[in-house]
Amino acid sequence: MKSLLLHEINLAFRARGRFALPLVFYLAVALLIPFGIGPDTETIGRSSTGILWAGALLANLLPLQHLFQEDMDDGTIERLTVSPLPLEFFALGKIIANWLATGLPICLVAPFVGSMLNVPSGTGPAILLTLLAGTPALSSIGAFGAALTVGAGRSGILAAVIVVPFCIPTLIFGSSATNSLAAGTDALAPLTVVLAISLACVALIPIASAKVLRINLR
Amino acid sequence: MMATDRLMIFLWIVAGTLLVAGLLWGFFFTPPDRVQGSTVKIIFLHVPSALIAINAWLMMLVASIIWLLRRHHVSALAAKAAARPGICMAAIAIATGAIWGKPMWGTWWAWEPRLTSMLILFVTYAGYIALWQNSEDRNRTADLAACLCLFGSVFALLSRYSVLFWSQGLHQGSTLSLDRETHIHNIYYFPLLLCMAGFIALFVVLTIEGTRTEIRKHQLERLLRQEVSA
Repeated sequence: MKSLLLHEINLAFRARGRFALPLVFYLAVALLIPFGIGPDTETIGRSSTGILWAGALLANLLPLQHLFQEDMDDGTIERLTVSPLPLEFFALGKIIANWLATGLPICLVAPFVGSMLNVPSGTGPAILLTLLAGTPALSSIGAFGAALTVGAGRSGILAAVIVVPFCIPTLIFGSSATNSLAAGTDALAPLTVVLAISLACVALIPIASAKVLRINLR
Repeated sequence: MMATDRLMIFLWIVAGTLLVAGLLWGFFFTPPDRVQGSTVKIIFLHVPSALIAINAWLMMLVASIIWLLRRHHVSALAAKAAARPGICMAAIAIATGAIWGKPMWGTWWAWEPRLTSMLILFVTYAGYIALWQNSEDRNRTADLAACLCLFGSVFALLSRYSVLFWSQGLHQGSTLSLDRETHIHNIYYFPLLLCMAGFIALFVVLTIEGTRTEIRKHQLERLLRQEVSA
């Protein structure tokens, strides 16, 4: 289990371009939306949490296409089904590796992107904290979409279409927690809900993903 | 086949009669509302379509569970067939709501809990239908779609309540009351019931027709395979 996890993390970081791509995409989203809104710093500042969260969601959709595809094509997943390690743990490992390679870097750059977007000063930690709480849910929901569409040809875009509505609750509570923290009001309720969603997703979605992967193996 | 064909014709006639009667009654034989004028009559399309849009998903959920537990092919195909009327009803509910919202609220669209959850439902239907279109292996796709339906139901429920939180958090004073039907005057209530019955019948007929088409496609494919191998 541990070696598999390390292997997955290793792969996720080494795969050329894939590690940096969501990050660059995240920056691109954050760059583009102010052009659409206009240079008024106050408007941008008000939209900033939305941009940061929606950007994180979109950047999370990018790696889905490759998440299970290669392991499916070269037979790794098939081999795993006959190994003593349950497929559920493999899915969990994938989710953790994917989060470390995509979600965590986004969380880390988000405060800096936020200061570019004119968030109220001193909210960098709030942005980091809430994104850290929310991105595991986004990563695991994305993994379910990737597992669901692994047999399909144009799986990347299909997984994205399927996954987007399921990310909305995380987005709502996550950005609300960020906003409350930034405004200095009580953020405990949305923050605990977003943590609850994340924990439930990380705990339960590997099971669902493994079930779906087994169906796709048939 | 003959008996089922006759049954289908009968069901079509029932659905058509109910719809025509309900809509005619609603549109032409009810007085305009004191406040809303004749725009109140949009209710006869809006409420039934929203009702079907939500309950079609419930029906798909039940059919998916039956498929996963009992491997009954027809129920998987019925879930597939129900998705199309479902997404159309969601679209009708959103469109009529916009047309109603313009004169009443002064806006086509408001980021209001009920509107947004219908939009989320619409996108969820779209994902479900897209998944069905994707694969050649029928049984496998049926399994995947059933899993998606279960997964989606959990998240649809979650979305339904989280948009309430979101909308209260950002703006208050939404204008829709949750129990409209209990306040409505009988003069609108009876034609509305008729329209709802008509929409339900229409949904049932469309779903059965869709399921029959799927079954025939299934049989046709099998025949073609036999032809090739022979």
